[in-house]
Amino acid sequence: MDFALIVLIELLRAVAGLVLIAAGLAIIFGMMRVINIAHGEFLMLGGYTVVLTTKLGVNLWVAILVLAPLFVGVFGIIVERCIIQFLYNRLLDSILATWGLSLLLIGAVTVVFGNTVEGVATPLGGFDIGDYKMASYTLVLIFAAALILAAIYAVLRYTRFGLIARSTMQNPGMAEALGVNSKLVYMATFGIGAALTGLAGGLLAPIAGVVPSMGVYFIGQAFITVVTGGSAIVAGTLSASTMLGTLSQSITFLSGPVFGDAALLLVALILLRLLPQGITGRIFSRSL
Amino acid sequence: MTRLNKPTRRDFMRTAAAGAGAAAFSSVFPAISADADDAILVGGLHDLSGFIDFAGIPMNQIMLMAIEEINAQGGLLGREVKGVVYDPQSNMSLYSQYATQLALKDKVAVVMGGITSASRETIRPIFHRFKTLYFYNTLYEGGVCDRNEITLGTTPAQTVEQLVPHTMNLWGKKVYTIAADYNYGQITAAWVKRYVEQNGGEVLSTDFFPLDVTNFGPTISKIQEAKPDMVMSVLVGTGHLGFYNQWAAGGMKDEIPIASTTFGAAGAEIEIIAPEVANGIITSYGYYPQIDTPLNNAWVESVKKRYPDDTPFLTELSAFTWEGMMIWADAVRTAGSLDRMALIEVMESGKEYEFPSGKVTIDRKTHHAIRDVYVADLQDKQFVIKEKFSQVQPADTQTVCDLEKDPNANKHYEISLN
Repeated sequence: MDFALIVLIELLRAVAGLVLIAAGLAIIFGMMRVINIAHGEFLMLGGYTVVLTTKLGVNLWVAILVLAPLFVGVFGIIVERCIIQFLYNRLLDSILATWGLSLLLIGAVTVVFGNTVEGVATPLGGFDIGDYKMASYTLVLIFAAALILAAIYAVLRYTRFGLIARSTMQNPGMAEALGVNSKLVYMATFGIGAALTGLAGGLLAPIAGVVPSMGVYFIGQAFITVVTGGSAIVAGTLSASTMLGTLSQSITFLSGPVFGDAALLLVALILLRLLPQGITGRIFSRSL
Repeated sequence: MTRLNKPTRRDFMRTAAAGAGAAAFSSVFPAISADADDAILVGGLHDLSGFIDFAGIPMNQIMLMAIEEINAQGGLLGREVKGVVYDPQSNMSLYSQYATQLALKDKVAVVMGGITSASRETIRPIFHRFKTLYFYNTLYEGGVCDRNEITLGTTPAQTVEQLVPHTMNLWGKKVYTIAADYNYGQITAAWVKRYVEQNGGEVLSTDFFPLDVTNFGPTISKIQEAKPDMVMSVLVGTGHLGFYNQWAAGGMKDEIPIASTTFGAAGAEIEIIAPEVANGIITSYGYYPQIDTPLNNAWVESVKKRYPDDTPFLTELSAFTWEGMMIWADAVRTAGSLDRMALIEVMESGKEYEFPSGKVTIDRKTHHAIRDVYVADLQDKQFVIKEKFSQVQPADTQTVCDLEKDPNANKHYEISLN
């Protein structure tokens, strides 16, 4: 019974992990059709922000929840102004440019901060479920993922900015004819996507090894989740994360992490064969 | 090769390395020929950039320091020694390109280098074919059988054999192994199982992890379910670092202790993982900077003096690179020549070397080091040495390799225990 509860929490945590690393990408790729190969490095920058600022005495939670998204968001806006804005609708060029950016960021962080910066321990300690111990931080991750999805939904659905952003992505010409400054909307959207990625990187910092190359461990799963999810940001991210996360985590419990990894790829492969436009290309196709 | 005229990064590295060596010796021993063409060249092939540069940069620093020391003592055979340094960037095609270049174009007398087993197996056959003496100074899974290579790093039979009984005596007989899913992890996990069983214990389970796994939640739950007395970590790489944080986060750190064959092997983990997470992990290696002998204390001081601002991590990898240079230099002096076979015969003659790590002899059958091995406990980023084992044989490689019988062997055996 206790073990069943542990498994349930771990399944939720696997889903939350995918939601966290994929949410920012879902906005940048799903809405704007920009393939950001440097997505993993945006996560890394979020992690480094937390590790470096807590070393300077900043409160860990301020670093994770405020500084990481703020810094990476601003950085994202600079990247959008300097690189991305020239590459909309140029898919291959944007892959090449952001790949270069990814290498540049890994190199720059290594040169400036070195690749052995002392990390932070996971806060909050643990709690007992019967004979088992569980890290309280796991619940923080699950809660944060739920909150992020809810916030994206609320902004897109109920705010004027959300309406303008959606209309700009659907038909930039018409939006501009109605007086929308589409450049500004693109910039802001990219910045929000980057900020969410920075927040995810910050949240992962206490449970991962923060090194310049850490992005490579996440970028594959992030892209698989977003592509499997399809064009709807919230419904797509949630449905893909749930399906991939629970399946691979269940297999991990049953047969070990090697098979868990393989299962995630296999499920994504089958889903994309059956639903080439992603889950939300066919199902929930009118949702956000 | 049209690129030869263009000044590249590697030309710069080479000039810089040579410059450092030349400056050090010429001021002290102006009598040695300063003619650069006359210098004895030593090749260095370590990853100076890329994912494992934290391991390669210290090895390279220490190699250059050893060259300076040899020159300060008058060079070798009346000639200056010069480093030829390339950065293979953890890229196997660059490894093979630079290895060929060192052997055929630079015609170096000896090469130090290779860090991962993949890189070693890329360059070892090249040096074998082109008859260029080669030193591999990294701990690895064992099994190399090649008379042209001197292997100074420890192998599982040397370290795991000590680590397992030491920790089982402290903590108990039930062991849960978690290991990286590639040949080092698989082979080392098999040795863990063998030594646990030889010591009357039981391995409850062995879980393997692909190198990109970052979430260890399910495993941590399974370990709690199995209730072992200790966890043996054979995890590798920065992706796996998350395990230690996630383990400590739930409070498991105070419940079940961890021993590791890899933690801090190249120094990086000790810097990256906060002390409150890493304290108490027990490891076993052939070198720790805390070895309290006059020889080692003096050596550590000399490294700090040479590199006051960017002091390299002192681990097996860097310490044994220094040993490699000294063993080679000693062989050149003894043989009075650079002839490869003459040097090999001196080195495999059973000479005993006194080094910062302790006493070292090259095993004639395997060309691996017979050396002192230590068990140490990590406390606040410093290892506290708990036990010393003298003159431990590379027993794993000895089961598959006999260079006396087969001097032309050129193979890396997969040592299978199953």
